[in-house]
Amino acid sequence: MVTNKLNLPKEKIDRARELAKNICAPVLDFIDAHTTVTVERATLRLLGADGVSTEGAPVPNLVVDALRDKMSEGAAVWYANALVQTGLEQGELDRRIAEGFNIATLPMGDRQKAKELAAALARRQFSRIDANRAYRESKLEEFKGRSHSPLLYLIVATGNIYEDVKQAQAAALAGADVIAVIRTTAQSLLDYVPYGPTTEGFGGTYATQENFRIMRQALDEVMEREQRYIYQTNYASGLCMPEIAAMGALERLDMMLNDSMYGILFRDINMYRTFVDQRFSRMINAYSGIIINTGEDNYLTTSDAFEKAYTVLASQFLNERFAYAAGLKPWQMGLGHAFEMDPSIENGILYELAQAQMAREIFPEHPLKYMPPTKHMSGDIFKGLVMDNMFNFVSKATGQGIHLLGMLTEAIHTPFMMDRHIAVETALYVMNGIESIMDEIEFRPDGLIVRRAHEVLDRTLGFMEEVERIGLMESIEKAMFADISRSRTGGKGFEGIVEKGEGYFNPVESMLERSLGLA
Amino acid sequence: MAHIIRPYGDTMDDGKVQLSFSLPVPAGSRALEAARRIALAWGFHEAEVVHMAPMSDEFTFFVVYAATQHGIDWDTVEGDRDDSEKPMTMDEINAFIRAHIGRKVVVVGACTGFDAHTVGIDAIMNMKGYNHHYGLERYEMIEAHNLGAQVPNETLIDYAEAHNADAILVSQVVTQKNSHVHNLTEFIELLEAKGERGRFICIAGGPRISNKLAAKIGFDAGFGHGTYAEDVATFIVKKMVQEGRK
Repeated sequence: MVTNKLNLPKEKIDRARELAKNICAPVLDFIDAHTTVTVERATLRLLGADGVSTEGAPVPNLVVDALRDKMSEGAAVWYANALVQTGLEQGELDRRIAEGFNIATLPMGDRQKAKELAAALARRQFSRIDANRAYRESKLEEFKGRSHSPLLYLIVATGNIYEDVKQAQAAALAGADVIAVIRTTAQSLLDYVPYGPTTEGFGGTYATQENFRIMRQALDEVMEREQRYIYQTNYASGLCMPEIAAMGALERLDMMLNDSMYGILFRDINMYRTFVDQRFSRMINAYSGIIINTGEDNYLTTSDAFEKAYTVLASQFLNERFAYAAGLKPWQMGLGHAFEMDPSIENGILYELAQAQMAREIFPEHPLKYMPPTKHMSGDIFKGLVMDNMFNFVSKATGQGIHLLGMLTEAIHTPFMMDRHIAVETALYVMNGIESIMDEIEFRPDGLIVRRAHEVLDRTLGFMEEVERIGLMESIEKAMFADISRSRTGGKGFEGIVEKGEGYFNPVESMLERSLGLA
Repeated sequence: MAHIIRPYGDTMDDGKVQLSFSLPVPAGSRALEAARRIALAWGFHEAEVVHMAPMSDEFTFFVVYAATQHGIDWDTVEGDRDDSEKPMTMDEINAFIRAHIGRKVVVVGACTGFDAHTVGIDAIMNMKGYNHHYGLERYEMIEAHNLGAQVPNETLIDYAEAHNADAILVSQVVTQKNSHVHNLTEFIELLEAKGERGRFICIAGGPRISNKLAAKIGFDAGFGHGTYAEDVATFIVKKMVQEGRK
């Protein structure tokens, strides 16, 4: 239950949501009319297409590459047509595709029959996703009240999935509720998803479906032992957002990093591509009951957290709007923000408190994802630990939903096991010690915290009005977000966008839209 | 006479240090003794395990205080760079460029390879800079081009050639599996293969980069943690004048 302490005017919050709606509307029109190579590949994955060539090219990539000039019809009907025409079992067809068989050489037979088969294949995968969702819900019910609040989120990043498993189990046993496996550097720029278990990576581990499965099994073991649900997280952002969302749905991931603009700004992925991909991936997340985490914290690594606080709130409104448009419910919207103000600012912690409380009150049902200090962490681990615990304090006091634990060795190395141990121990100390603090405290109506929150909301409205006036894509071109400029036709993946034709057919999309009430 | 120095806790030469580490053993009295013994094995004496906590069934965390007898001769220690050379301020650098170079100095920078971290290059180059030290973009007499992260070495070199750069800044944050050394080495090798190593002042930067490491790889300088734009700019402009580059 979120109590009102800041007295933010409801009409201003409503106005911001209206502006978000107007800003996103033209982008959503574009999205509706287009598909991308990774949307088609995700569709094939959700028809059950699987496997990889000896050179490491996944079957969905081989199929979509072969169908490039038929993409406006959608890949699903052609894939199903190949099954009908050859009479092969799906696994056998996939194996032949991996060996070089080009399904585009087959003529289209009975199109209606192919469509029906494609829909049946999709239903089979959807029932697996339904079962995953039901299992998660039953376990959450069984272990109700056992998780921390906020959920404690820890990262592992060894590069080797088997090493990740050991660290993840230790982290979960130490008290983590959420385990995220950081991806290897630059996976977001691969236009395919690697295959199988992997043991080599830089700064993280490849997101592959097999790695997802291995980690899921390990976390489920700890769940049973601890009688506490352990959430598994990975990252959808990049050139394969929908495919990673599909893999996450099939292997019962619980959270997924999924931001509507992160790829554009921070990975230089083409904006049209990202907008189309994020919608499809978010529909899959919505259907599979996954909580998305958005990436507003990243804005503050390139812009100043105090001066540009309003861009974070504006982005939260836009991410929320895009999330609604993909069928996500507020409980699935882990909108992001971060404790990144310069520690030398006088009253800086009060401004952080104002920002966090403001987000809490504006997005009362959303499990806000709160990120720890990183930019101003130094090699001084002792001061860093205090900064992390000021962040722990603010997070607990303002009732954040998902709490990424800060590491005292941030900016030094990827966390040691003992760094995580210290993070959990100190966070639990602070959070337990102030469990009911906000029931006891009100803010002065004319005080610094209330005034700061009102000021940020006002500036957000001004900023969003400007974005509405010139358009979202133009605003990105003009570096209005994160001080980074991206051109409409620049960036990676632009060539992978295709306008949907008259007869575009995608049974996965139809089923998602229908069941999410978007059709 | 040698000037021997040792860690200082609360008495000169007591040699006291604080340590924390973990061992892959279950917590208990054996683990406690193992932590003490391992500190003694490192050459410490008076090792005292002040904290032991289980992290899982198989791992235990320790905090240990211990004392060392080892010291070194302060007079023989050489730093990564000359501490008596103070950087100029932004205004002084601009004035220096006007007086001695007479045109804008062109600096191109990027975080190269797969490294996705812009934090280092941004701290040096972005208008706002870091920790109240303005970045090179703010310098009136410097034309700064920040290409961001995940830039291939080839792209960075091509860009520097096309814009007639005076200096190239290469940032490396990720050090896992020595990827920073690999990337930096490749950069120098590419430049050398083109016969253009002498054309640019080459500077490496990042939290784990030292001047010594950078020099060993073939850079003109390396800047690590705690570096600000004025440190880098001072080096570039002085070197340009010293070498008669105009």
